[in-house]
Amino acid sequence: MPDSTTDTPAVSTNTGFLSAISQKQRGVSIELDGVSKVYPGQPEAAVDDFSMRIEPGELVMFVGPSGCGKTTTMKMINRIIEPSNGSIRIDGTDILSMDPNQLRRHIGYVIQQIGLFPHLTIAENIGVVPKLLGWSKSRIADRVDELLQTVQLDPEQFAKRYPKQLSGGQQQRAGVARALAADPPVMLMDEPFGATDPITREKLQAEFLRLQADIGKTIIFVTHDFDEAIKLGDRIAVLSDRSQIEQFDTPARILANPANEYVSSFIGQGAALKRLALIPLIDAPLRPAVDGAPQITLQDSLRDALNMLVLTGAAAVNVVDVDHRVCGSITNASISAVLNDAQPVAFAAEGTR
Amino acid sequence: MTSFDFGNAMTFLERRWEDILVLAGEHLFVVVIALAIALVTGVLLGLLVWNRATPRATAITAASVAITVPSLALLALLSPVLGLGWGPTIVALVFYSLLPIIRNTVVGLTEVPEHIMESAKAMGMSPRRILLTTQLPLAWPLILTGTRVAAQLGLGVAAIAAYVAGPGLGQYIFKGLSSLGSKNALNYALAGTVGIILLALLVDGAFVLISRYTTSRGLRA
Ligand SMILES: Nc1ncnc2c1ncn2[C@@H]1O[C@H](COP(=O)(O)OP(=O)(O)OP(=O)(O)O)[C@@H](O)[C@H]1O
Ligand SMILES: [Mg+2]
Repeated sequence: MPDSTTDTPAVSTNTGFLSAISQKQRGVSIELDGVSKVYPGQPEAAVDDFSMRIEPGELVMFVGPSGCGKTTTMKMINRIIEPSNGSIRIDGTDILSMDPNQLRRHIGYVIQQIGLFPHLTIAENIGVVPKLLGWSKSRIADRVDELLQTVQLDPEQFAKRYPKQLSGGQQQRAGVARALAADPPVMLMDEPFGATDPITREKLQAEFLRLQADIGKTIIFVTHDFDEAIKLGDRIAVLSDRSQIEQFDTPARILANPANEYVSSFIGQGAALKRLALIPLIDAPLRPAVDGAPQITLQDSLRDALNMLVLTGAAAVNVVDVDHRVCGSITNASISAVLNDAQPVAFAAEGTR
Repeated sequence: MTSFDFGNAMTFLERRWEDILVLAGEHLFVVVIALAIALVTGVLLGLLVWNRATPRATAITAASVAITVPSLALLALLSPVLGLGWGPTIVALVFYSLLPIIRNTVVGLTEVPEHIMESAKAMGMSPRRILLTTQLPLAWPLILTGTRVAAQLGLGVAAIAAYVAGPGLGQYIFKGLSSLGSKNALNYALAGTVGIILLALLVDGAFVLISRYTTSRGLRA
């Protein structure tokens, strides 16, 4: 085990704070202040003087190359790893003086290897934290049902199964349900979809976005995959060695204005296309409709529109709303105009999240 | 040595099968008692030492050394203290059963995958709770395997315990050995040996059932 915490009773149990945040299922702020971690016997810090403020209900993505310290930074928040230096506050309260076990029951945790207990059924797995919190049997059972439905696993079918009787994607959903069990205001997710195939991953991502829109937790989400970060994040922290923050901003703004070479190289090829994918047609300036042009709906992105322009060879595509009324059209020229006029659109795109 | 005479053996069996059944029952009983004691002691010891390097090494080394002491020698040493019969037999059996049980307990508790340990911890379970509700159930199949090995070992050792007038089929084997050349020498030895082999098969079958009923379905292959 890396750096295990002791089992000694807490310095201060801080029950006031815990009962306060356990009421706040809608997300709370997280502040890290000058946080460092030096692993014993290592010459260099794995995380060096890391400071960040995360707003309530925000979904923050940590991206960076392997070994840059993403996991270490994240695990200091639930104190799986104890910081060597600095302070961490959740909802304004210092968590380093609290009983770690109490704290962890109010922080959801999802990892790539999922870590479901193989000897417990899915229902029992999901019920672990509620049981630790002393919930009644019937309340736990109701909650398990509700959560299985939330993550789109039929309770009838899956509650009594064991983890090995689920596919990888289903296990990952059960893992998310387990992390959500006690409705924690904070969730930490370490490459939760990393081990799934591209199709399952897309599906899980879409479900996850829908879920987050509903529950509005404060989430830190670690990923290697910049495209995943763009797709999911409210803000992205691009990290380099020793968990140095190279840029911390919205996906649209990072794509439009990478802070430096490092960030640009991380974005990789096709930054323009990635930006277009973030801009829904609702936010694009439309031109008058063109008779007989192919149609695309208002919910699609500029990237979808470009895709259709290229595929059909048409000069313009008409944009229609849910009632199939034509709202206007979009052309190559109007797409370029949006890209060159980055800032206002980026802000607008942000507003729709 | 007289050659094997089938008719003679049948008469022997017919006359003594009740006697043989009693001895087999005793044999099984003494092994089961010793196993139960060794299982409780071994698992408790394993729980105490699994994550402490020195006590763990000490326990496993002691148990490894114990198992190398020849059973006849051990019984000879125990007898002056514990007398004859059941006492030294049970102590010797526990002695030999401990190694596979402690070792498998320690290995089983240690080898719980890191991500499962981390999940348990991240959910706010205390180390003791993790040990009892996660590690122990996950280690259980391995602990049972150790106990099964101990049982097979014990059935053999219990035969030798006839040397200190211990209970069981060993008495027939010793009787056969001490009356070599007589009409029933071979019959005695065979009855004892075959009886123990049959007991071993029975015990193995029992372990299949026990592991089926005590292992989580999620862990079974
Ligand atoms: N328990 C440990 N003991 C010593 N060094 C460690 C330990 N855990 C991590 N490190 C080191 O700390 C640095 C940061 O590791 P960390 O796991 O946080 O990286 P990461 O960004 O999550 O990488 P990945 O994307 O590969 O998961 C690495 O150089 C790693 O070797
Ligand atoms: Mg990592």
